[in-house]
Amino acid sequence: MTQLSQAQLLQAYRTMRTIREFEERVHTEFATGGIPGFVHLYAGEEASATGVCMQLRDDDYIASTHRGHGHCIAKGVDPVEMMAEIYGKVTGSCRGKGGSMHIADLSKGMMGANGIVGGGGPLICGAALAAKYKKKGGVGVCFFGDGASNQGTIFEALNLAAVWNLPAVFVAENNGYAESTSSTWSVACDNIADRASAFGMPGVIVDGFDFFAVHEAAAEAVRRAREGGGPTLVEVKFTRYFGHFEGDAQTYRGANEVQKLRQEKDCLLRFRNRVTSSGEVPAAELDAIDKDVLALIDRAVAQAKADPKPAAADLLTDVYVSYS
Amino acid sequence: MSDVHAVTVPKWGLSMDKGTVTVWHKQPGDPVRKGEDLLDVESDKIASVVECPADGILRRHVAALGDVLPVGALLGIIANADVPDAKIDVLVAEFQANFKPIEAAADGGPKPQVIQVGGKRVRYLALGEGADTLLLIHGFGGDLNTWLFNQEPLAQSRTVYAVDLPGHGESDKRLDTGSLDEYAACVTGFMDAAGVRAAHLIGHSMGAAVALRIAVDAPARVRSLTLVCPAGLGAEINIDYLRGFAAANSRNQLKPLLAQLFADQGLVNRQLIDDVLKYKRLEGVTEALNKTIAAQFEGGRQRTLLRDVLDLVPTQVIWGAEDRIIPPQPVESLSGAAPVHRLAGVGHMAHMEAPTEVNRLIASFIAGVR
Amino acid sequence: MARQISYQQAINEALRQEMERDPTVLVMGEDNAGGEGSPGERDAWGGVLGVTKGLYPQFPDRVLDTPISESGFIGAAIGAAAAGMRPVAELMFVDFMGVCFDQIFNQAAKFKYMFGGKAQTPVVIRTMVGAGLRAAGQHSQMLVNVFTHIPGLKVVCPATPYDAKGLLIQSIRDNDPVIFCEHKMLYGLQGDVPEESYAIPFGEASVVREGKDMTIVTFGRMVHLSTEAATELAKAGIQCEVIDLRTTSPLDEDTVLESVGKTGRVVIVDESNPRCSIATDISSLIAQKAFGDLRAPIEMVTAPHTPVPFADSLEDLYIPSPAKIQAAVRRVVDYR
Repeated sequence: MTQLSQAQLLQAYRTMRTIREFEERVHTEFATGGIPGFVHLYAGEEASATGVCMQLRDDDYIASTHRGHGHCIAKGVDPVEMMAEIYGKVTGSCRGKGGSMHIADLSKGMMGANGIVGGGGPLICGAALAAKYKKKGGVGVCFFGDGASNQGTIFEALNLAAVWNLPAVFVAENNGYAESTSSTWSVACDNIADRASAFGMPGVIVDGFDFFAVHEAAAEAVRRAREGGGPTLVEVKFTRYFGHFEGDAQTYRGANEVQKLRQEKDCLLRFRNRVTSSGEVPAAELDAIDKDVLALIDRAVAQAKADPKPAAADLLTDVYVSYS
Repeated sequence: MSDVHAVTVPKWGLSMDKGTVTVWHKQPGDPVRKGEDLLDVESDKIASVVECPADGILRRHVAALGDVLPVGALLGIIANADVPDAKIDVLVAEFQANFKPIEAAADGGPKPQVIQVGGKRVRYLALGEGADTLLLIHGFGGDLNTWLFNQEPLAQSRTVYAVDLPGHGESDKRLDTGSLDEYAACVTGFMDAAGVRAAHLIGHSMGAAVALRIAVDAPARVRSLTLVCPAGLGAEINIDYLRGFAAANSRNQLKPLLAQLFADQGLVNRQLIDDVLKYKRLEGVTEALNKTIAAQFEGGRQRTLLRDVLDLVPTQVIWGAEDRIIPPQPVESLSGAAPVHRLAGVGHMAHMEAPTEVNRLIASFIAGVR
Repeated sequence: MARQISYQQAINEALRQEMERDPTVLVMGEDNAGGEGSPGERDAWGGVLGVTKGLYPQFPDRVLDTPISESGFIGAAIGAAAAGMRPVAELMFVDFMGVCFDQIFNQAAKFKYMFGGKAQTPVVIRTMVGAGLRAAGQHSQMLVNVFTHIPGLKVVCPATPYDAKGLLIQSIRDNDPVIFCEHKMLYGLQGDVPEESYAIPFGEASVVREGKDMTIVTFGRMVHLSTEAATELAKAGIQCEVIDLRTTSPLDEDTVLESVGKTGRVVIVDESNPRCSIATDISSLIAQKAFGDLRAPIEMVTAPHTPVPFADSLEDLYIPSPAKIQAAVRRVVDYR
């Protein structure tokens, strides 16, 4: 078990807290009708994005899902720009042209949230392939859900990554539901990780409510990839607190299911309890981070609401690098 | 009959086997002078003008607009007014009855070849055999095909070489500096490699400046100089044309530029533009042309003035009066020992627009050099 | 330009010269070398019809065989392009686009726009198009129109060896996703091709033949059938101008409209099925922008609204023929 420094622990907490407050706030704002389109919230899953992305550099790539805000924040995309993007403003990460499902920042190795389930698998094989030629030990990490785990693109990507021995990590975020259907029904085998051996790579199952467990498994998988050992499939088991999309009443879930998980399993609570009781981090420091993050999110929302929308001319720009 | 002249479809280039009549410049009954534009003919490679072979009256259009005829076929009859129509009818009938289209050589005739000069490839075409050896040097942006109407006629009784300069045609596109020295060294290097001790140099535009440079550096190798619309004598040059040509990358950009080369705009056809475009797009060409401009034409004027060389070897100059690239130098400013010819109604490509006259001037000048 | 090579060799040469020039250029596809993991010869195939043969021995680390997983490796090519490489991936038959189309039209085509300009995807997808090999319904389509429809993609259809080399070099150097459509019946076609490297810009149609009486707009293999028809028609005094579009996206509208302005009569020849095709696209363009120049209605010569049949007698009826093109031209010329 790798020992994390206090600085790392604080960074991990800040990242998870930022994701949590970002998503909770988007949830409340969306309900007022102020946010256009669809949003899919990551609240409850913070440990996965944080534990994995802490292993990564700016020149490592990640591919994400439609539920991508957590991956973006963990990979270092500016939350203020993200909020503006979700509101469709020109100051957004994608100048208002992508929205929640397509936030990207290639300078930070974030290949984009993806509106196509399973779309990121092949793309990450590409980023990992490019990393081999660049010879800097870079890796590619594909986040995908239990729903996507049944898509052909994911099977193809797993096989291709193994056959080409790519420096890739496939993180199956199993939050128990693919839209409204349960993963225990839609995934034919018991665990998504059980499929790993079928694709010639190790499969690891991780408690997604436990940041430290995720961090440990991710460290090993990323190290293995960097050293040329090939791909790993890591299955993170946890939950999402909010619906598939905002507006989903989640009637397919058990009574009080979410409430119970928030009380008993929440990754932020568990993290706080562990590091304060071990004395590694004083509670006051965590409180200060909480306050900081709330202020950041307030600022992001206020700015996003005030910022201008893209100009009419922006409709026609950036279809091509040059149309000739 | 010496007073009746048949005008026939000419052979332009080795592969031409037929042409289409596109424009008649003269109608039956018009008086015509030798060398005047008579009609336009277009082959699949080139469009150009057929010049009148003699003075007289154009008596007959044998070919009509749109007719596609083989090389050598009868186009028209020129005769004096006193020749009766009946006689012309008989001559036409006899010609047509006896006419057999010349079979184009099965392999298209002699082909250009490639030789190594200083580790770089040079393409050249060698035609004919004779006591006199000629070397034709094209200009900026051109290639050996510019001598389409000149090389074969001149090669009837002479050994005639035409080269692609470096950066041009199918020769190596790499240039070190693009200076006149570099070009001249390549041409003398070619002469060495081809075993040509000395030759009559005929240069067009920048090729004339190259020929002048060789005459300065190695007069023993130059039997005479014929300078056609030459660079190298005066400072004036249409620098916008040169820069525009180097930069152009589309048909629409090239068309108005190429139009400046000719007095007769009709000579700029689609095939010509396409061929130039294909050349311009080859790797290294734009770079080579830009280097050449920088090395030879500083500040929009020609850098090297070789006027003083004119007394070293027998030299003649042929200008096109309507040259929009290099304005013809006033006759008086050149040494009296150099014959200077100014062809009316002809632009910068004098050797293409008035080939009969230019060929005649070259032939007679060379014959006079002993 | 006296050297003659085939369309297939021209493509091979373009790949080789660009790989020599730029170390980020990769070639990948099913059997692009051939023999991966097999006991016998490496570079056993060099592509199903041999187009990429000889590249693997020269660039063993940059020519990749792939498993049969189009979504996987076409998507990987796209991801690698977004991450800084210049892959040339082969979609063996355009008919297989169904199993990887998402990666092409929802990912590659949209990255630049959706990410606010902050991405580029310089990928080339080479693919075989067209009928005539008796390969039947699932190996003979054109589908050029489907890609042309998608904003963010560029679509290239060379008809000659000269164009194939110059347009492929341009495609590799281009910073947007390019679908490079090679007509499988043209691989053996010989033509003049310079040994040196050269690039032909997109959006520049080629006027293959000039004429004052009729404009024929076409692309791909149909350029050759149209030229054949035009030669016959010239004997009857009808001079046809044949325009080879070369790229359908971007499209050279000016050359088409200029020609229609000159002739007033148009026949469009397109090997695809007739609904929502390049032919209908060009027809619409002309009707909108050159209506006043038209002296007769526009005619299209296309395949019928059917899959490509197998029996050779039927496939020969499916593909537009010089005779059908001539008949269409005559109808337009005779229109009163």
